Amino acid sequence: MASTLFRTIQIHPFFLYPTALFSRRNGVLYCTMKSSQTQTATQEKQQPPKVKVPQHALKKTVDKITRDYEAIIGIETHVQLSTLTKAFCSCPYNYGSQPNTNICPICMGLPGALPVLNSKVIEFAVKLGLALNCKLSLNSKFDRKQYFYPDLPKGYQISQFDIPIATGGYVDLDLPLEFGGGHRKFGITRVHMEEDAGKLLHSGNGDYSQVDLNRAGVPLLEIVSEPDMRTGIEAAEYAAELQRVVRYLGISNGNMQEGSLRCDVNVSIRPVGQSEFGTKVEIKNLNSFSSINRAIDFEISRQALLHSQGQSDQIVQETRLWEEGAQKTVTMRKKEGLSDYRYFPEPNLPEVILTQEYVDSISNSLPELPEAKRRRYEKMGLSMQDVLFLANDMNVAEYFDETLSSGADIKLAANWIMGDIAAYMKNKKLSINDIKLTPQELAELIASIKSGTISGKIGKEVMFYFYYRVKQFKHFRVQQLFYLQILYDF
Amino acid sequence: MLSTIQPPRYLSRFPLRGRTKSRSFHILSSAQPVTKTCFAADKSQILSIRDSLLNRHLSAVELTHSYLDRLKQTEPHINCFLHVSDPDKVLKQAQDIDDKIKRNEEVGPLAGVLVAIKDNICTADMPSTGGSYILEGYRPPFDATAVKRLKDLGAIVVGKTNLDEFGMGSTTEASAFKVTANPWDLSRVPGGSSGGSAASVSARQCVVSLGSDTGGSVRQPASFCGVVGLKPTYGRVSRFGLMAYASSLDVIGCFGSSVADTGILLHAISGHDSLDATSSKREVPDFTSQFTYASSLKSRPLEGLRVGLIRETVDAGVDSGVKSAIEGAAAHLEQLGCVLKEVSLPSFSLGLPAYYILASSESSSNLSRYDGVRYGNQASSDELNVLYEESRAKGFGSEVKMRILMGTYALSAGYYDAYYKRAQQVRTIIRKSFKAALDENDILISPAAPSAAYKIGEKKNDPLAMYAGDIMTVNVNLAGLPALVLPCGFVEGGAVGLPVGLQIIGAAFDEFAKHKCLLNGFFERNL
Repeated sequence: MASTLFRTIQIHPFFLYPTALFSRRNGVLYCTMKSSQTQTATQEKQQPPKVKVPQHALKKTVDKITRDYEAIIGIETHVQLSTLTKAFCSCPYNYGSQPNTNICPICMGLPGALPVLNSKVIEFAVKLGLALNCKLSLNSKFDRKQYFYPDLPKGYQISQFDIPIATGGYVDLDLPLEFGGGHRKFGITRVHMEEDAGKLLHSGNGDYSQVDLNRAGVPLLEIVSEPDMRTGIEAAEYAAELQRVVRYLGISNGNMQEGSLRCDVNVSIRPVGQSEFGTKVEIKNLNSFSSINRAIDFEISRQALLHSQGQSDQIVQETRLWEEGAQKTVTMRKKEGLSDYRYFPEPNLPEVILTQEYVDSISNSLPELPEAKRRRYEKMGLSMQDVLFLANDMNVAEYFDETLSSGADIKLAANWIMGDIAAYMKNKKLSINDIKLTPQELAELIASIKSGTISGKIGKEVMFYFYYRVKQFKHFRVQQLFYLQILYDF
Repeated sequence: MLSTIQPPRYLSRFPLRGRTKSRSFHILSSAQPVTKTCFAADKSQILSIRDSLLNRHLSAVELTHSYLDRLKQTEPHINCFLHVSDPDKVLKQAQDIDDKIKRNEEVGPLAGVLVAIKDNICTADMPSTGGSYILEGYRPPFDATAVKRLKDLGAIVVGKTNLDEFGMGSTTEASAFKVTANPWDLSRVPGGSSGGSAASVSARQCVVSLGSDTGGSVRQPASFCGVVGLKPTYGRVSRFGLMAYASSLDVIGCFGSSVADTGILLHAISGHDSLDATSSKREVPDFTSQFTYASSLKSRPLEGLRVGLIRETVDAGVDSGVKSAIEGAAAHLEQLGCVLKEVSLPSFSLGLPAYYILASSESSSNLSRYDGVRYGNQASSDELNVLYEESRAKGFGSEVKMRILMGTYALSAGYYDAYYKRAQQVRTIIRKSFKAALDENDILISPAAPSAAYKIGEKKNDPLAMYAGDIMTVNVNLAGLPALVLPCGFVEGGAVGLPVGLQIIGAAFDEFAKHKCLLNGFFERNL
């Protein structure tokens, strides 16, 4: 639910931490082997000047500076698909299993093993492509993306390079009201299928690392957005919308904490009015929508400040990590130009050919997507706040729709769900699927209140009995509330 | 009929220096000492074995003993095997077959047949090294599909044969472990990369064997060792369990002492496999039902069969001895009723460079998994890149390294279009020209190699010369077509002459077209 989600965001003023950037020798999780792929924050060359400025004045300065620049933000999202088995073999995937228990010769890359495509991956990819309003490539193929790393068993990743399964789409969303609201439309460059790599578990002291291949071979969909976002909140809402879409489609549980939804953000800024893009910086290690928001805002400020101080050449194309604790980005590794992945078509897999009938049948089976729901609720006369609350959580929307289909009044249903029921859920830390009041019963309750059979106050009390399903009220019928009202009045 | 030398043949024609093996070898109770260059089709060893076992003329244990003895005697001289199965286990399997037969239970069509498997095909109960140090001691946790099918039909795997490392080479000299000798002349190569498999059938250490063919690795050794080698259509046999060299070119092939045996073996391993997305769903015809015995044929049995001799393969660069053997075979075919004509495939010479670019590129990618991290020989190091570098530098031989370098280069940014993409386009041209030629002709014929077996060490320092020897065979892999090599004559060399094979190329999935079977059967009989 959008409103509760963003309640926890606090905007941190940007302090200059001249020494803090250097105080950690080994501040990043990934740097345990002395390989050229990871470098620590100690390799930052420049020391920003020490300035002592009062906080409020500092924030004003920062805001003023950032106003002169336009931020260009693009997001690469990886969605882990919830297919029963992996992309190219029949191993199951269960998050949190003991290491190396869901593997086989194929996902381990043993000699002689060959990949065979799991057809559900295509189905899910087509669903997502259609949901994101993309153009589907009826003839696409798989390619090998080659590089060496211990979590990549075959030494290459089976992905799609030049002919992704879906291109040129867009996503519609509404920004949360506490951040100004407003409708936005962000472009989607491409969606393609690929397989996930395994996981590396690093020892505490950095002496060794262990490879867990449970995750190797799990199907992913990579969604690359157009660089249309301009602020942290836009980016965070884009990511939240993607999460909603994949959950609505049932193709992924979209959990950032579990790693089934991963976002890498690319941020650059340019002076307002300039048409040329600035240097792009990639940010990784974003584990929640709020950290997306904060990381981007921090990065924009960092770059703006460097620009304003005439040190824009200090902004290099690199990958930075977002440190949740310190609430800042730090250098992870500098990108020396583009890596050469030596792409070529995967010879072990045939071309992916989609017929129009197949695409149409999937198109016809798509559920109502968040955007459509929002527009429908809007048309019903609900306020934007109500719309966002009700439509953005799939389960809440379903509950609401069912209540309505049982004949309840729209406004009242909305109020009940957003008010008492939401409060109850928050109190008991339950989700709407857990509460024991069925939509039909809610509809009945609302009907009685509306018709005056019982008062709102009685209604609220009665709710509790529904919640707890006390035995005496097991077969409680709303008509009997009438008697309760009378009793109460006495 | 043939203008080449036809030395007298004995059953045990293995020319050991100073020791002629004159005793008859009782492999087949129904066999007579063969006095021709090769066995006749109607003397299919597999069928004879089955006949003998089921009629209780011979027991599987006796049969196995005789082969194992032969293996033990010959192995120190020819070095075919990287790993020989434990004799006790093998004999136990044979005993089980005998027991089943005694109890009148069904035994598979390959019961009692001893098979050797090339070491780049995974076998669960035996090491599979691919001929490389990097997989020294590696034991796969699964059987290749082809091996599994053989075992299910009752075959006994007698061991893993020597090969050029990961299938890259034409002599077995690129094996990390040993060099196999040609049974016809121990100072010469058996061919490659399936040299061990070809030599072991040639020396009769086993009945049949499996090899792999990416650019001629079954056909060229078949020609050098005087046995029948079959390369099926790409997709006919599952590649699951075959250590990948070039994924779009690799196939598993069969060696046998007769066409019938290779046919039976092919039938046993063919068919769609859900573990190989490139394996064909086409039904596998029963090849064996298409064989006819020589005795039942009329005088011109191949009447009307259109045979095309590929002109570019008998041009300059081919040994005169080989040329005359092929021309003799062609003349013989005409006598049998074929309509022979010369066919020109102008794109023929483009095949070799295209092949080497595609094969090197794909192999550079397929060999990336050998990094010492999860299996195989690992060089110890504190640093990741050093671990990769050392494990691979020490584990791979120079031929493999060379191809990985070439392939990585060809795929790198800026070169992909000029090399890989271009080579794929050439491949399409070659495929089309073969299809056109096979529309006009039923089969195409050519030599399998420009010469007979050369001396060990002769081509070692001249890789390009060695690559040039693949000219006859690579185009068939590029086009994905089936081809059969059968011995058709001899050239001078060695103690008794060196065998030369005739390559017969057919249309896709047409491994044993009716006419071809007649051709093969009859042809063999009359050589």
